[in-house]
Amino acid sequence: MKEYLKNTWLGIYTILVGMKITFKHLFTPAVTIQYPEVKLKLPERERNRLYVNIDDCIGCDQCARACPVSCITVDTVKSVPGEDLGTTSNGKKKALWVTNFTIDFAKCCYCQLCVFPCPTECIYMTDVFEFATYERKDLVYQFSNLSPEEAEQKKINFANFQAEKEKQKAAAAAVPKPENPSQPSTN
Amino acid sequence: MYQYFYDLTGSVIISTLITAVFPLVNVLLVALIGVYLERKVSAWMQDRVGPNRTGPFGLFQTIADFLKMLQKEDATATDIDKKLYNIAPVLVFAGSFAVYAVIPFSSKLIGSEIEVGLFYALAVSSFVVAGILMAGWSSNNKYSLLGAMRSAAQIVSYEIPTALVVLAMVMFLGTLSLSKISEMQTAYFWNWNILGGAEFGLSKFLLIPFMLVGFIIIFISTLAEVNRTPFDIPEAESELVAGYFTEYCGMKWAMFMLSEYGNMFAVSAIVSILFFGGYQSPFGYLGNTLGINWLIPYEQAFWFILKGWFFIFVQMWLRWTLPRLRVDQLMTVCWKYLIPYAFVNLIIIGIITLL
Ligand code: SF4
Ligand code: SF4
Repeated sequence: MKEYLKNTWLGIYTILVGMKITFKHLFTPAVTIQYPEVKLKLPERERNRLYVNIDDCIGCDQCARACPVSCITVDTVKSVPGEDLGTTSNGKKKALWVTNFTIDFAKCCYCQLCVFPCPTECIYMTDVFEFATYERKDLVYQFSNLSPEEAEQKKINFANFQAEKEKQKAAAAAVPKPENPSQPSTN
Repeated sequence: MYQYFYDLTGSVIISTLITAVFPLVNVLLVALIGVYLERKVSAWMQDRVGPNRTGPFGLFQTIADFLKMLQKEDATATDIDKKLYNIAPVLVFAGSFAVYAVIPFSSKLIGSEIEVGLFYALAVSSFVVAGILMAGWSSNNKYSLLGAMRSAAQIVSYEIPTALVVLAMVMFLGTLSLSKISEMQTAYFWNWNILGGAEFGLSKFLLIPFMLVGFIIIFISTLAEVNRTPFDIPEAESELVAGYFTEYCGMKWAMFMLSEYGNMFAVSAIVSILFFGGYQSPFGYLGNTLGINWLIPYEQAFWFILKGWFFIFVQMWLRWTLPRLRVDQLMTVCWKYLIPYAFVNLIIIGIITLL
């Protein structure tokens, strides 16, 4: 009987204690962070979307080779003499036109391995992590600042230059052998 | 209320319609606000924010949910008992809605002033069990069936302590009419039954502790009857998916939802009528002091709805405080604790009333 009454009392008492606790929490401010409006500070050394400062890029392809998932594509064309590409911010002379520099963020695993080999430190992590898209192809980011036409032009320039050089070489090769001009050049 | 509208319009059909539509509107409003409040209260108790995107403070969240529900496809499984399956939600809703016929919102606002209102309310609300059993059985799903069986066992068991407390109250008050019970507790809050009723004397003070016990018993057992946590084993999400309405979707599911909230308010109303003066104001009426008679029924409706919402809030409060009971614990609470206490209470209140 005593046990029974004790149980009853315990039942009611513990419920009241619980209710007191929840009632207190009714007035505790929420711990929720209203995400899109309020953002938590990102941790130091966070790894998010990459950015390439193409003005500093010398097109050395090191980043593409370091990438474990091969999501960086760097296409380059040599410049022709007389074209001034300027220098990078740390004083390196640029010699290559970067006609195409894409990073496919759908493949990227955000390992940051591409960042370290870059000689000019122009590929780095930003703090942007909200870049969801509806199409997978929208995740392929183009960093080259040359338009496709310009890139085409550079290629043609270089091809012309190459052809010019060929011709000169051929001419130079032709000069010491004037006795056999009909022979086609074979280099 | 019917009489009032009959005098006003002179048409039987219109006055009947208005009388019938009013509780329906009330149930819809209770569900609408109740769902919102439930979410907010649960969020606040867990230090969260709750809905806050749809409209100011997320006020339109329930409306948005409701619109979503209307558009839903009415998917039904193939191997179900079609007839029972379709009747069940209607029956459950009808059961909880029918209680409103006798609930006095104020001295004027009452569907039907029948003499056996309390008895009718108890009888009709246990009608819900049939609907729940039907839903569980016809769904042809073991979760549903288990939920329905549990629900039947639970509601039938908890009917007993409820009935015992109601019996004690009826013995004490000498009437089954809900409007008369409310009228008896008029004027100030010390006339409420929880404080020993309107008659002043030694018995009033003797009664107070037993009224308190009665109130606690009836509150717990009605909580169990409307399947609210901690007594929600029929629809225990973590074990039975959704219990007896696992197979329902769209509007049929919404009807179960609606009847749950309708039930919550009905039960709160009955508890407040029995122990907390029903529609009576705790501090007298403004209409009386100012001499504006027509104001009184509105004030009464205000107090009644306020009391109803207070008990709904307590139900939510309990829901987010206590974990769900196990089946055997549930039965222990009912048969080993509530019923003996209710019996003792019944006898003591009877003796005090006789004195
Ligand atoms: S972060 Fe890793 S995966 Fe992404 S581009 Fe750089 S090396 Fe490739
Ligand atoms: S390693 Fe740096 S400089 Fe080289 S291609 Fe990549 S981004 Fe450009």
